[in-house]
Amino acid sequence: MGDRMTPPPPTRSLPAPRPALLLVLPPLVLLLLMVIPPAALALRAAAAPIAALELLNRPLLMAVALSLTTTAMSTVIILILGTPLAYILARYRFPLHDLVNLVVELPVVLPPVVAGLGLLMAFGRSSPLGALLQQFGLALPFTTVAVVMAQVFVAAPFYVRTAQVRFAAIPNELDEAAAMSGAGQWTFFWHVAIPVSRSAMLAGLVLSWARALGEFGATLMFAGNLPGRTQTMPLLVYGAFERDLNLALWTGLVLVAIALCALAVGRLLARGSSLPTAPLP
Amino acid sequence: MRAPRAEWLICATVVGGLASRCAVSPIREVATTQDSQGDQLLVFAASTLADAFDEIGESFATQHPGVEVTFNYAGSSTLAAQITEGSPADVFASANEKQMGVAQAAGRVTGDAPIFATNHLVVITPIGNPAGVQTLADLARPGVHVLLAAPGVPVRDFAEAVFDRAAAESSFGSDFKQRVLANLVSEEQNVRQVTAKIALGEADAGVVYVTDVTSSVSGQLAVVEIPPQFNVAAHFPIGMISDSQQPALARGFVDFVLGPEGQRILAQWGFSPPPNG
Repeated sequence: MGDRMTPPPPTRSLPAPRPALLLVLPPLVLLLLMVIPPAALALRAAAAPIAALELLNRPLLMAVALSLTTTAMSTVIILILGTPLAYILARYRFPLHDLVNLVVELPVVLPPVVAGLGLLMAFGRSSPLGALLQQFGLALPFTTVAVVMAQVFVAAPFYVRTAQVRFAAIPNELDEAAAMSGAGQWTFFWHVAIPVSRSAMLAGLVLSWARALGEFGATLMFAGNLPGRTQTMPLLVYGAFERDLNLALWTGLVLVAIALCALAVGRLLARGSSLPTAPLP
Repeated sequence: MRAPRAEWLICATVVGGLASRCAVSPIREVATTQDSQGDQLLVFAASTLADAFDEIGESFATQHPGVEVTFNYAGSSTLAAQITEGSPADVFASANEKQMGVAQAAGRVTGDAPIFATNHLVVITPIGNPAGVQTLADLARPGVHVLLAAPGVPVRDFAEAVFDRAAAESSFGSDFKQRVLANLVSEEQNVRQVTAKIALGEADAGVVYVTDVTSSVSGQLAVVEIPPQFNVAAHFPIGMISDSQQPALARGFVDFVLGPEGQRILAQWGFSPPPNG
């Protein structure tokens, strides 16, 4: 069972012939399309270095703080709620198993703005649930809680899927060894499944966290846009674009930097995620 | 079981990301007469103009067979930023002169930008008026959830001008504006987002143009008038984009909006005529 984040290196021993031009040109176009926008962002931002001094302005700091705290919360929630879900989906058969699988996949393909509309219809003040909450003086829309809910909704599948794939790959030998040593189901989950899957789980969490960090459409719909309370970094980029392009550029650049770090961490974690082949001690 | 792979997830991330980008600033196509290849006219217009301009576009297209009028509706500040960054466009109709000035400063609107309509503000609440907002002053009452457009969006500037005028009156208190802004729960990207969320009942009160209370939402909204001495006359300018590929057609559209048929449709949707016309 190999590393799932990166394909294995080419194994041919003969020196590879150079690929045909026809094979190289299309990827080149694609790569340019992927490289140019972040590069242009950096160039335009660099052209306004004064803005860098103003980087410590209040809206940006508030947005960074809000983004970091909300994504931390949603990542922890995804870990706690998503791990047993991934485990059960991977290792148990039950009625509606395929339907649950589909439900977990849905947020990935659903446009986030539709997710936001759904969240508003489900938990908004005019919904039955919202009306119930209002009796206790609570309202979800336009709160930081709504930001976290939107992030969990859109980002959870990335963790659940990655963890599920890993749990499904636990070899039977481990099960047999655990059964022989009299380990119960909970013991197996806690002392075998999680330890051997730790790297993949972390890699999945990084994916989820990065998706939560970039969340825009559902947040705008459900949580609104207020500096310090619901205005996360992507919302600040969008809002600043029409008032202060430099602020938008530099905020965008900070996001690019964070995304690159997340990618690097994810790759590092995935590298260590191969299964131990030795049986249980 | 079928095991989805990480590669699948990465691909899905990209697709999801693309889908989220598509959600921003839709370009709506309304008037299409398909009897020829047709000339295309791209009109950037403030959100509150959506209904009136949809109808004006249809009327203009029937008078100009083969012409296809496409609208991009958004907050004027969004439109001005798009125009400044080089978005192709033929006509810009702004909700205030400040954002028209942004397009002019960028050199994209060089000719004159006549005022084609005026508008004024109202306070709206959801139909049940859950917070009991009866007057403008109630916006500052603690616990009232207020919704406004984001800074830079013309209706926000106009609303703040109203708050400033009210604050000059002793009964409101000099900190009236600060107290209203302390009640703010969200800053929406355009005035129609404010209207939609109030109509859904997600917040207690918002400040919008009278032209946002259209027949499609009026059943879900209650209107609180702003006393005339505090209200503003919002001037809406329209201008041709200087590098338009269709200068004659763009000029024709501007003239149509300023002309009797355009003015009739605007009046029908609640706009007031320009000050000198």
